[in-house]
Amino acid sequence: MTDVKQIVNLKFTLNGKAVEVDCEAEETLAEVLRDRLNLTGTKISCEVQVCGACTVLVDGLPVSSCTLLAYEARGKNVTSIEGLAKPDGTLHPIQQAFIDEFAFQCGFCTPGMILAAKALLDENPKPSRDEIVHFMDGNICRCTGYVPIVRAIQKVAGTLESKHHK
Amino acid sequence: MQQEKKKGDFRVVNHAIPRRDGRAKVTGRATYVSDVKLVGMAWAKVLRSPYPHAKIISIDTSKAAARPGVYGVLTGNDLEGINPYYGHAVKDHPLLAIGKVRYVGEPVAAVVAVDERTAFEALEFIEVKYEELKPVLTHDEAMAKDAPLLHDRVFEAGALRGFEGDTTAGKGSNICQAHHIQWGNVEEAFKNAAAVVEGEYYFPMTYAYAMEAYVAIADVNDNGVTVYSSAQHPFMVRHDLKAIFNLPVSQVRLVVPFVGGGYGSKSYTKIEPLAAACSWKFKRPVKLQLTIEEAMLTTRSDDALTWMRTAVDANGKIIARQAKILMNTGAYAENSPLVVEKSTNRCVGPYSIPNVQIDNYSFYTNTVPASSYRGFGCAQVTLPGESQIDELAAKIGKDSYEFRVMNAAKNGEEFFPKMRPFEGSLKQDLDIAAKALRWNEPAPKGRAKSIACSTSDAGAYPLTSTAIRVHADGSVTILTGSTELGQGSHTVLPQIAAEELGIPFDKVHVMSSDTAITPYDRSTGASRTTTLMGSAMIDACREAIQQMVAMAADVLKVKTEQIQVIPGGIRAGEIQLNWSQIISKYYALPDGEVIGRAYIRKAGRFAQIPVFWETVSTGVEVAIDEETGKIDVEKLVTVGDVGLAINPALAEGQDIGAATMGLGTGLYEELVYEGSQLMNGSILEYRLPRFKDTAKEIELNLVENQDGAGPYGAKGGGEGSLNSMAANIANAVARATGVRIRHAPLTPERVWRALKEQKAK
Ligand code: FES
Ligand code: FES
Repeated sequence: MTDVKQIVNLKFTLNGKAVEVDCEAEETLAEVLRDRLNLTGTKISCEVQVCGACTVLVDGLPVSSCTLLAYEARGKNVTSIEGLAKPDGTLHPIQQAFIDEFAFQCGFCTPGMILAAKALLDENPKPSRDEIVHFMDGNICRCTGYVPIVRAIQKVAGTLESKHHK
Repeated sequence: MQQEKKKGDFRVVNHAIPRRDGRAKVTGRATYVSDVKLVGMAWAKVLRSPYPHAKIISIDTSKAAARPGVYGVLTGNDLEGINPYYGHAVKDHPLLAIGKVRYVGEPVAAVVAVDERTAFEALEFIEVKYEELKPVLTHDEAMAKDAPLLHDRVFEAGALRGFEGDTTAGKGSNICQAHHIQWGNVEEAFKNAAAVVEGEYYFPMTYAYAMEAYVAIADVNDNGVTVYSSAQHPFMVRHDLKAIFNLPVSQVRLVVPFVGGGYGSKSYTKIEPLAAACSWKFKRPVKLQLTIEEAMLTTRSDDALTWMRTAVDANGKIIARQAKILMNTGAYAENSPLVVEKSTNRCVGPYSIPNVQIDNYSFYTNTVPASSYRGFGCAQVTLPGESQIDELAAKIGKDSYEFRVMNAAKNGEEFFPKMRPFEGSLKQDLDIAAKALRWNEPAPKGRAKSIACSTSDAGAYPLTSTAIRVHADGSVTILTGSTELGQGSHTVLPQIAAEELGIPFDKVHVMSSDTAITPYDRSTGASRTTTLMGSAMIDACREAIQQMVAMAADVLKVKTEQIQVIPGGIRAGEIQLNWSQIISKYYALPDGEVIGRAYIRKAGRFAQIPVFWETVSTGVEVAIDEETGKIDVEKLVTVGDVGLAINPALAEGQDIGAATMGLGTGLYEELVYEGSQLMNGSILEYRLPRFKDTAKEIELNLVENQDGAGPYGAKGGGEGSLNSMAANIANAVARATGVRIRHAPLTPERVWRALKEQKAK
C-alpha cells in the first residue's frame, strides 16, 4: 500500500537567480520555498488564502504561496522577502520605511505585507490612502492596527504628511 | 520608586528608538519556531475528537502505525511512566484524552512520522470507538441539577496559579472557579439610591488569532527535556514539563525564539506536553505544528454573561455596584481561574465606589478550553461597567464624560480595599480624550461619540530576575526571560540598560527566553515586562556598576569613595576610565566580563499588589447606517496613562493594536457555537479587523506623570485600550439611536434588529 508520490522537476527564477528543485506534485510554492529551499522568510498562517502572510510576487503580482501549487511557478519570476534587500545589505525603501514607521510588532505578517506593498507601489507609485487600504485589504495584521503600515507605504510614496514622533 | 531622572533628562529612554529586531523582521531572517528544524526531526499530527462528550471505548492504531514512514501513534493508553495531567492552576488537563473526550477537537491520538504529510495521511487509519455522553454546553446546562460532571477526579491544585485564594475546581460540580469581592453594604446603598440602572450583558467568546499558530519542537533524551516553543511564559511551561516527566528543573529547557503574536493566547502550557510525550515515546526530536483551525480548537477567551446594577446618590456620586458574572470556561481550567479573579476585580472600574459586591462563577462545559486573552477578563466586564456609567449619566441627565470625571479614582486614593492605591491621573486622561474628540461639539448627523475608561490590576505576580554581562570591549549582553512577542522587549530593555550604563543603545545586545541560560522570569504577559523586567534591568546595571567601581578602585589603588560614576565609566581625580578599560585593566587582558544581577520579588516597592494600575481612556466617533446596521469607526482616540513611555512609538503601537482588537470584539469578532459545534472555526468565517476597518482619524496619546512603580516611574501598557472598546461602540449606538444594545459584538445584524424592534414599539 505504498503511495507512489509523483515527483516533478521544477525550474523557475527566484530572486533573480535560476533555481531547479524536485518536489511532489501537490506541494505548494510556500512549501517548496520553506522546506526544500530553506527560505523561511515566507510565513504560513491561515493556509486558506485569507491572511496574506505567505504573499510572494510571481511575475511581479502578489500571490498567496500557501495555495499556489509550486509547479504553477514553472518558468516564472518569483520574488520572496529574501530577494528584496541589495546584496550589500542595503534595505529596499519599503523595508526601511517599515522599520522607520514601526510598521510591525511580532513580524509574522511583515514579509507578506512588504511584498504586497511592493506590488502596489510598482503599479501605482503614489497611491492615495483609499487606494492603499483597498489594495492591502487582503493582508491581515493582528498586532499593529494597520495604521503604521499605511504610513510606511505613504512614506515610500512620498505622501506622508507629518512626522509623528518627536 | 526609581525616578531620579525626570522626563527630558533621558538620553536613550523615552525616545522612539527603532526596533532592535527591525532588520531581522523586514528581511525574513527573524526565526520563529515554525522555521526551526532539528537533525533527525520527526513530525506529529493530531487526531481530534468529533464528539463534545464521550467515553473512549477503544483505539486501534495498528493500521496507522504500520504505514510507511510512520514511527508510531501515541494515545492516552501509552502514557504510563509519566504524569499526564498538567495545569498551573488546576491539574485537570491530560496531554491526550484519557478514557474520555470533553470537547469537539480535543486531541485523542498523535501520529509521529517522517514528515508532516505522512503523519497527516495516517490519521484516518486510526480507529476510535466512542460512547457518547450527554454534553454540557452552556452556563445553564452546567448549573442544572442533573448536569453530567465533566471532571470527576479530585485535582491537585497547581503550584503557580497566580492568586492567593483557593481553587474551586474538582469539588463535585461543574464550577471551575468562584470568586467574590465585597465591601460596604450594597443592599442598604441600593435602597437609598437616587437612581439605579440594572441590566444583563453578554460578552462573547473570542479568538486571539496570533498569526503564528501554536508550534513546539521537543527533544526528550537522557539529558532531559528540551522544547522549542512559541510560549509566552517559558518558565511556567518548564514547571509543567518538570512535573510531567518528574525531572529536576535543571533538566528541563525551554527555548523561545521570536513569537508570531501572543495576546495572551500563548500564555501558559499548550501543546508542549504532547510534543514532548511524542519525543519521549518515539525517541527522536518531534515537531508539532498546529494549523490555525487547530489553534482555534486549542484556546479561546472566556465569555461572560453579566448581570449588573449601579447606583448614584442625589449628588451624582456613584454609591454602589453589584454584579453577578457567569463565565463559560470550556473543558479545562487553563488560566481561567485567574481570569475569574481578574474580571471580578475589574468590575469596579477606575471609580471610587463605597459599596461593592461582585460574585463570579466560571463553568466547565464541553467546549474549547478558555484561558488568558489580552486584558484578562477586563473587556468582558467593562462592557457592562462602562455601559452602565453612560446609562446612569443619561438617567440623571448628566454628561457622561463629566459624570466619569466626577467619580474618577484620584491619584493615591485607596479606591480598592487592600490593594495598591490608585496611581494615575484619570481626570487628565479623560480631558485629553474629550478634547481629541471635540466632545463639546455635536457629532454630525448619523454619527455619535463615546468616551470610556478602565483600570486593571496588572503586572501579575512580581517574581523576575535578570543578569547583565558587561564585556571587556564595553559591549553588553543582557539575559532576560521576557519573550519578544512583538511588544518590543528586545528594544525597551536594552534602552534601559544603555541609559543606566551610559553607553550607546547599539552596544547592548539581548539574549532572551532560554530557561537554561536566562534567569527566571515568571511570565511575559499582564503588561508586566516594562515594569518588572525593566526594574530588574536597572538594578542589575547598578549592581554591575558597583562591581566595576570596586574594580577601578583596585586597579587605580584608590578608595571606592574617591570614585565618581560618570556616563559610560568612572572618574577618579584626573583619571577617567570607561567600562572597557576597567575590565581589561582588572583582568590584565583585553577580555573577561562583569556580571550584574537583580532579583525582584513581592517586597519593597512591589510589596503591594497590583504591580501597577493599567489605566486607559479611549474614545470613538462612529457612523451608524440605520438601514443596514453597519457601524464605521470614523475616529479613534487612546490615552494611555503609562507613567513614562520607555519607547513612545512602541507604547503607542501597543495602544493602537489593542484598541483595534477591542474594536474587533465590539463590532464583529465572536466564536459561534451551534450545539457542540464551533460554527466559525476558521479564519474564512471568523471576521477580523482589516485595513478597510481602520478609523480615518486616529489620535494616540500618552500621559507621562512618572507615577508608576516601574523604571523611572513607568507603568505597563498594551492591554488597556482594548478593554473599553466594546462599551464605546454600545454607548455610541445608544447616543445616536436611543437603543441600548447589551450584547457584543454589535454586528450589523444585531444593530439592525435592535433598531427594528425599537421602531416596532
Ligand atoms: S497563509 Fe496564505 S493567505 Fe494565509
Ligand atoms: S506584526 Fe504581528 S501580525 Fe502583523
